[in-house]
Amino acid sequence: MSADFLYGIEVVINGLMAGVMYALVALGFVLIFKASGIFNFAQGVMALFAALTLVGIMEGQIPFAHLINATFGTEIHHFGWHVPALLAIAMTVGVMVLFAWAVQRFLFRHLVGQEPIILFMATIGLAYFLEGVGDLMWGSDIKTLALGLPQGGARWIEDATAGLGGDDFYGFFIDKLDIVATGVAIVLVTGLILFSQYTKHGRAMRAVADDHQAALSVGISLNFIWILVWSLAGFVALVAGIMWGAKSGVQFSLSLIALKALPVLMLGGFTSIPGAIVGGLIIGVGEKLFEYLIGPMVGGATENWFAYVLALLFLVFRPQGLFGEKIIERV
Amino acid sequence: MKDMTESYVTEDGRTIGDVMLDLRNITLRFGGVEAIKDISFDIREGEIRAIIGPNGAGKSSMLNVISGFYIPQEGEVWFHGRKRPQMKPYQVARQGIARTFQNIALFEGMTVLDNIMTGRLNYTKSGMLAQAIWKGKAEREETENREKVERVIDFLEIQAIRKTPVGRLPYGLKKRVELARALAADPKLLLLDEPMAGMNVEEKEDMSRFILDVNDEFGTTIALIEHDMGVVMDLSDRVVVMDYGKKIGDGTPDDVRNNQAVIDAYLGVAHDD
Ligand SMILES: Nc1ncnc2c1ncn2[C@@H]1O[C@H](COP(=O)(O)OP(=O)(O)O)[C@@H](O)[C@H]1O
Ligand SMILES: [Mg+2]
Repeated sequence: MSADFLYGIEVVINGLMAGVMYALVALGFVLIFKASGIFNFAQGVMALFAALTLVGIMEGQIPFAHLINATFGTEIHHFGWHVPALLAIAMTVGVMVLFAWAVQRFLFRHLVGQEPIILFMATIGLAYFLEGVGDLMWGSDIKTLALGLPQGGARWIEDATAGLGGDDFYGFFIDKLDIVATGVAIVLVTGLILFSQYTKHGRAMRAVADDHQAALSVGISLNFIWILVWSLAGFVALVAGIMWGAKSGVQFSLSLIALKALPVLMLGGFTSIPGAIVGGLIIGVGEKLFEYLIGPMVGGATENWFAYVLALLFLVFRPQGLFGEKIIERV
Repeated sequence: MKDMTESYVTEDGRTIGDVMLDLRNITLRFGGVEAIKDISFDIREGEIRAIIGPNGAGKSSMLNVISGFYIPQEGEVWFHGRKRPQMKPYQVARQGIARTFQNIALFEGMTVLDNIMTGRLNYTKSGMLAQAIWKGKAEREETENREKVERVIDFLEIQAIRKTPVGRLPYGLKKRVELARALAADPKLLLLDEPMAGMNVEEKEDMSRFILDVNDEFGTTIALIEHDMGVVMDLSDRVVVMDYGKKIGDGTPDDVRNNQAVIDAYLGVAHDD
């Protein structure tokens, strides 16, 4: 096999891995949108906030230290301890559940029955608010997330595949972190699907996604289910935040991955979990492959816009997304 | 008042017990519109209570008050001898009050079986995931729920469509599935909002039979809204008549049929139907 072809395959594999990340973020959107019809603009910031909280807890940072110091003239920053990763993750999940509850209690409870555009605006407000809270709680400097996840090229894959091509081919270069991320994502998605199919609250969640009135009439509390889906979305955000943060550090740009989820959703449809996953993979592979094949001809940097153009094409030719049912206008 | 709380046996041998639900001076407004004006009536254990009246009379609003979907501005709801605090619809459902809707509210994306299974959610503590882990208790619970649902499916004669997505069913069958879901919850009180609207004669006869059988075999108390006077006269023990949000009659089918105010209200709208 020619080296060019093999490098093409490597690009596809790496694209798939990047796609997993997009799919994770898109999944958070889909969960909330299905259950409440809210397009949650804050999903990306939730990933940032979750990652910031995780780092803060692990390093024993005192939350709101700047605020406390500025108000009381103190000089405190750290508790002076380190929290083990697993415990810190559990605590962060707790914080995200608390956040879900607060969002429901103080925001959406007062907006029941409002137009979707109002709800959407509320989530924009929420995004900026949460970003501010994140800053205030944990400071705005770039942080490294030292969870001890494996990183760098997987040598064994390189060695095992080096023989496939000629002298120009040195084997597939695949980041170990991407492999871990893919494994985690698979476990997460399987877990979510099992949860929604086979548990009481999962079934209630699907019922709420289908019809609010009917759900109420069989004794389901909408409020509880909404807290539940926001908690799940918070958990998915944490996982995405960990993976992304481990790769590129925990910083503001993390909240921008949410923007990549948008074209993923246009491809996959806003209400389909398989759609979010397949859409994420297509965008991931598509943009890497496009950059590899066409990029050099047009001066590169196609990854910035490729996903959006692909999404636009989809909007024109298949507006319901890959898995959505055909939209038939009723007149 | 004493005679009202004493139980009695009907001509066809069913026992009607104490007052189960007591509505006292209910008033419900939407902005300037008074949908219900100072209405009181009760529903007794084991009876079939009909609510009739012309379109817009406030019948559905009344059911919505009972099931917690609407909160009346004035008045009290007493259930099993206790004044009910303000409740959300899901809390009312958990007290054993199930309902169907005038405009059918089903889970369109689920199969008939899954729809009916949702009626059992409140009897589910663990679900099948727990069952995989603990076996025993969770498994028993799931089996019980399934058995109950299968009994309801047999009872309403919808075995043939168990696996059909509800979205594909014709109107008449959807109404039946909605009833099945309500029944699966083993309700003490069943509220039916126009269960036979839009049905042909044969479907109406089936539905009437089901309603009678539910009441007779399970002892379920039923409040239903219905337009077809023939059906109402056949089914119900007592009838409340509403017009423009007011109660204009209350009593046995015979009482109500001979009530002048009721006759006037019905003659006045007879041409609309
Ligand atoms: N959710 C609502 N918002 C505003 N007005 C309502 C609402 N529900 C019912 N109404 C009004 O209350 C009155 C009674 O309606 P309804 O209870 O549906 O009557 P019925 O079921 O007897 O036909 C009507 O004037 C109707 O327009
Ligand atoms: Mg009505």
